[in-house]
Amino acid sequence: MARAFTPKVVTANDLLEGDVIYLTADDRWSRDLREAELITDEAHAQLRLLDAQRQVDKIVGAYLADAVAGENGPEPTHFREDFRRTGPSNYAHGKQETSPQPRA
Amino acid sequence: MYRYSEFDKAFLAERNAQFRAQVERRIDGSLTEDEFKPLRLMNGLYLQLHAYMLRVAIPYGTLNSAQMRQLALLAEKWDKGYGHFTTRQNIQYNWPKLRDVPDMLDALAEVGLHAIQPSGNTIRNVTADHFAGAAADEIADPRPYAELLRQWSTDHPEFQFMPRKFKIAITGSEHDRAVIKAHDIGLQLVERDGVLGARVLVGGGLGRTPMIGKELSEFVAFDDLLAYLEATVSVWNQIGRRDNKYKARIKITVHEHGIDAIRAKVNERFLQVRPQFKGADMALLEQIKAHFAPPACREGSVASFESAYSNDPVFRSWVDTNIAPHKQADHAIVTISLKKHGATPGDATAEQMRVMADLAEQYAYDELRISHEQNVILPHVHKSDLPAIHARLKQHGLATANIGLISDIIACPGMDYCALATARSIPVAQQIATRFDELKLEHDIGHLKIKISGCINACGHHHVGHIGILGLDRAGVENYQITLGGDATETAAIGDRTGPGFAYDEIVPAIERIIETYLDQRESPEETFLQTYRRVGMAPFKAALYPEARANAA
Repeated sequence: MARAFTPKVVTANDLLEGDVIYLTADDRWSRDLREAELITDEAHAQLRLLDAQRQVDKIVGAYLADAVAGENGPEPTHFREDFRRTGPSNYAHGKQETSPQPRA
Repeated sequence: MYRYSEFDKAFLAERNAQFRAQVERRIDGSLTEDEFKPLRLMNGLYLQLHAYMLRVAIPYGTLNSAQMRQLALLAEKWDKGYGHFTTRQNIQYNWPKLRDVPDMLDALAEVGLHAIQPSGNTIRNVTADHFAGAAADEIADPRPYAELLRQWSTDHPEFQFMPRKFKIAITGSEHDRAVIKAHDIGLQLVERDGVLGARVLVGGGLGRTPMIGKELSEFVAFDDLLAYLEATVSVWNQIGRRDNKYKARIKITVHEHGIDAIRAKVNERFLQVRPQFKGADMALLEQIKAHFAPPACREGSVASFESAYSNDPVFRSWVDTNIAPHKQADHAIVTISLKKHGATPGDATAEQMRVMADLAEQYAYDELRISHEQNVILPHVHKSDLPAIHARLKQHGLATANIGLISDIIACPGMDYCALATARSIPVAQQIATRFDELKLEHDIGHLKIKISGCINACGHHHVGHIGILGLDRAGVENYQITLGGDATETAAIGDRTGPGFAYDEIVPAIERIIETYLDQRESPEETFLQTYRRVGMAPFKAALYPEARANAA
């Protein structure tokens, strides 16, 4: 039996800056996971991933990452995605420099 | 120090111009990421978890003060004010922007540095004993030969698309500080009947299948060494596996074919290759050697050193741990710790880099070394200058007296930066160092190497740590496996796994239990952790780590 589809967001790295970005429902790339489109339908997820992968002059390495609905938007389910949306733990660099996002 | 010839300068300028054009073509969309990726990797540029990362080669770990200052400039101008020295004697910048990278490479070229082949399926930056040219126990300085290898391997047409990466390490001493047994090829300089050559080891490596290198030849004279190495890499390039990246390294080729079969193939290939080497390499080596002439060591009284050593306990403690014997009795080798308790192993701020550059220029004949243990070395220092150096280091958080002790930890960047990592390494290292500093046990514990990797690729050399820690992802949670009894020296050994891993918040207490067991089991304070482990084996450590297993079995 196929595994049940779990909700996803489309994420990638920005081509010029290299930082983590998320695809929003209105086709923007946001630096903030909470603004990402949370996709609950598998076929729609594949289409959105294709939309992202076509943008070769803007982004690198788009993929679908697991997420769940939180109070203020999507939240990560895996610690890797938690680091990606925050920054490293040894310095307050990365996204935590500009937009504080306390760990879930 | 090797000084670039006009040819070298022109070569590097052309290479940097090519990469600048490639970056432009990527940005304007004429190159896809699939096309661009192999090109950027050949020039040291990775895309990591939060940003691009530029890995700059520090050939055989040697720098002068101008180069170190330029590394500081890059950190300040294009990064976040610091750099990370790696376990392969390189430096990484964690936050460059794609558009800035060509300018960074041009700035590096101004001081004879580059980012060629610290990545990709090529012969990587050749690493060397970080005490090379200074160690009291060496036969010859291995760096001229390392420089020859760099020139031979850079853009070598046969070796640009190999089954996998290829790493060479070289030492001039019997006592191995360069981990030559864990490299694809390890070279130990040996002299026989007045002729200088090398003992050649092959097939060592860490990663998911750790192996200790085997002896391919007990002696190859310098005259023949380059042809012999070309034959070795060539044999692997042909028969090494390309069907499975996890079986592609030469260690697997050696393991699958057997060392005797590999030796026979290398000897056969060597006979074909040898006539192509008509002595130009040896002529070049002679030229290179002139660049590495030992410094004109100054003479003078060491009385001020003796007096500071007797009167200043902080200075004495630093000398006892961070100073190694130099081939000149009135000189010393200084290891500057980049492992202040609680700091990120291997990180240095731009300011610290400038301080180290100033010290090198003022007191150390303008020489610096980077060790694979992520520290910085002043290889030649007159002992009377040690008090002044120590005082200056103290002002900049660089005087930690912990070389070879429990807080002198090797750690890879782990999941805080690396896209391949499965767990974090840096905070584990920070917490262990902080904890044992609080306990004030560090000096009592004595010589102990902890090495931490955040994934199975083992950049943190965990297999050869006296205590190795490997961070994994177990069902979506960080989990840390422990190995004991690894050894990175001439008596190299792969550590043994203790058993099931520990959660992130359990790993430091687990290390504490291991240390308590060691302190309890050792016969005397002189018996090191590794000696105790070799004498008593795994059992007491297992009992301390997994008391519930023992209770269940009872």
